[in-house]
Amino acid sequence: MTLDPVLLSRLQFAFVIAFHILLPAFTVGLAAYIMVLEGLYVRRRDMVYLRLSLFWTKIFAVAFGMGVVSGIVMPFQFGTNWSRYSDATANVLGPLFTYEVLAAFFLESGFLGILLFGRKLVPPWAHFFSACMVALGTLLSSFWILAANSWMQTPAGYEVIDGRYFPKDWLAILFNPSLPYRLAHTVTGFFVTTAFAVAAAAAWHLKRREHVPEATASLKMTMGLLTVLVPLQIVLGDLHGVNTVEHQPIKVAAMEGLWETRTRAPAVLFAIPDSKNETNHAEIAIPALASLYLKHDFDASVEGLKSVPSSERPPVGIVFWAFRVMVGLGLLMAAVVAWSFVLRFRGGMERSRAFLATTVAMLPVGFIAVIAGWTVTEVGRQPWVVYGLLRTRDAVSPSITGHDVLLSLAAYIVVYLVIFGAGIYYMVRLAKAGPPAETEARVAALDERPARPMSGARA
Amino acid sequence: MIDLVPIWTLVIGFGVFMYVLLDGFDLGVGILFPFARGEEERNLMMNSVAPVWDGNETWLVLGGTALLAVFPLAYAIIIPALYFPIALMLLGLILRGVAFEFRFKATRYMHWWNRSFFGGSLAATFFQGVVLGNFVRGFAVDGRHFAGSSFDWLSPFPLLAGLGLVCGYAMLGATWLVMKTEGELQQASRRQARWLLLGVLAFILMVSLWTPFMASQIAARWFTWPNMAYFAPVPVVTALIAWTTWHALASDRDTVPFLGAMGLFVMCYAGLAISLFPYVVPYSVTLRDAAASPSSLAFLLVGTMFLLPFVFIYTFWSYYVFRGKVRAGIGYH
Repeated sequence: MTLDPVLLSRLQFAFVIAFHILLPAFTVGLAAYIMVLEGLYVRRRDMVYLRLSLFWTKIFAVAFGMGVVSGIVMPFQFGTNWSRYSDATANVLGPLFTYEVLAAFFLESGFLGILLFGRKLVPPWAHFFSACMVALGTLLSSFWILAANSWMQTPAGYEVIDGRYFPKDWLAILFNPSLPYRLAHTVTGFFVTTAFAVAAAAAWHLKRREHVPEATASLKMTMGLLTVLVPLQIVLGDLHGVNTVEHQPIKVAAMEGLWETRTRAPAVLFAIPDSKNETNHAEIAIPALASLYLKHDFDASVEGLKSVPSSERPPVGIVFWAFRVMVGLGLLMAAVVAWSFVLRFRGGMERSRAFLATTVAMLPVGFIAVIAGWTVTEVGRQPWVVYGLLRTRDAVSPSITGHDVLLSLAAYIVVYLVIFGAGIYYMVRLAKAGPPAETEARVAALDERPARPMSGARA
Repeated sequence: MIDLVPIWTLVIGFGVFMYVLLDGFDLGVGILFPFARGEEERNLMMNSVAPVWDGNETWLVLGGTALLAVFPLAYAIIIPALYFPIALMLLGLILRGVAFEFRFKATRYMHWWNRSFFGGSLAATFFQGVVLGNFVRGFAVDGRHFAGSSFDWLSPFPLLAGLGLVCGYAMLGATWLVMKTEGELQQASRRQARWLLLGVLAFILMVSLWTPFMASQIAARWFTWPNMAYFAPVPVVTALIAWTTWHALASDRDTVPFLGAMGLFVMCYAGLAISLFPYVVPYSVTLRDAAASPSSLAFLLVGTMFLLPFVFIYTFWSYYVFRGKVRAGIGYH
């Protein structure tokens, strides 16, 4: 059996980025949440906010540390496995990646030390300022990396010389056609993911009648936020879809499982796409609905997969199903939010056991939706690494063999499983332990030490 | 239009050097971890770098992305050529980076994360040295691609460079601990630093004797007149710094040894730059040949000149907040 370095490199990239994206999906939102808690504490001097902030900062520290180390891997992947992609795109994308480091990573890491360890060493406003800068850093990072990713989806502002891409118009490169939609949809998705994770921890404590003041405050905050963000996210998703129809119609055809170009295109609810025979099996579809939500017109024509040769189509099954997972989970989230809305008006959201149990169970849903969405957009771009310009199979490093990549992939899998296993275990344990008690919080934040000395540095 | 290649050469050279100095001492602290006596000492050692390690490693990410942006051809040749050393370095950085948080969260498995911190630091350092050694040795290039195999890195000189860098980072780490700690840990670090300084000098000597035989360019650069006169201060100043550091370690000076250790790294870095200039892929692609388009260099430089001062300001602030001897309670957050 010959090992294909292209396929294995794709698996390796998918593996390291899928694990990495779980962390920004959590830390972008959590940094903002900690900023809000610190701000509320500075303003109102209410210990509930301080205790919540101390609690989430510990979990944030674990997630952020894992995000940093799994993130360092990413800029080297482009070189180790995708050197021809790097050579071809560096003049356009290199500055974007570098700006992410200069504008975002340094900001995050420079202020993270003070956020985590400096509470007693700097005035409260400086600590709050550090929390703001960490949150700003995570958002700026999302902007630059998604600008680069969006350019790979909808390239603009470039010229081609000898098979390499050179900048012609930097504003067109940065604000390429899919960036606004991708940025809004992704960052909102990150906030929704974090809010459901925070809500799950709060619901878990409320179910057990522990840490009631903190958990009630945090459940109400997150459900309030989700009541705005989840409907907004559905609208943003629709707009992103309409934008994709315009610029990457074949990706949408794969998402929808549409083989033929036709007017009154049906919305396929269930099907088993068959790429070899260019058809769907066991299809259940609603006539004309896809034309409505993709083009906002029942009679509009929607491009099918068969409008391009099979060598220019993405793997249909993965894209089709990942899209259904994302949309299905989005609808599930909307249902939970609607339930919380009813409970809020009737009163007793924090006492309904069924609602609390459901909210605990929703913990992983945002993360799965983020991975599914990322799969739709990245696998849907195939067989291109830069849409319409550079094929993935022409982007791989010429010197690496299948065996090389198999070895490194195995090493990444072993290390990541250990690291992510341990990290998730510690985060869940911290979440279950709950916010610190009043005296502990005072010791941690205000240096009001009890008579007995703190032993060591155990957190 | 102004030629931006020299400016970018300085910026990247500076960025990579910042990484070597800053992550050098915190990786060094990891390498010295097994020599600590008891968890109390290990807590102090780890806490002395915990607030800053993340910022220190960001310089490596800057090095990687800036190389891609500024010298893309060098990036596209060197990084795949060092496929395994880079992957192993990254895995080392992962294993030691998570230990900062996991170790303080762990109860039963704390010793496991002690090992992970040590092993990861050691592996990351060793393979950075291997990367450096291969860089000095040069790469097989065909057109715009690396022409060798993924196992070309495995040869005596890069392995020696790996051991040398382990010794060097450990010296940075030991002198950092002399500066940041007190009592028995400080005394132990002084003793370790003296041994490590001798080791570093031995490696400097070996590398200096080996490289002229490995690459004719290096021999010609150093041993022809009048270069010999121009570059004579490099070994002389190196010897002076080593002498000062040695004596500072024997006395009760806290800060001088760390400054001296950094000084030795400055000299070695300068020596490498003299040996390899003007190549960015030794000995086939020059800085100018590898440079990105003027538009890319200019677009990135504008923002870099604006952002880099801010990076310095808050990096400095962070170090300022955590100045002085490390306290036992700092790991609490």
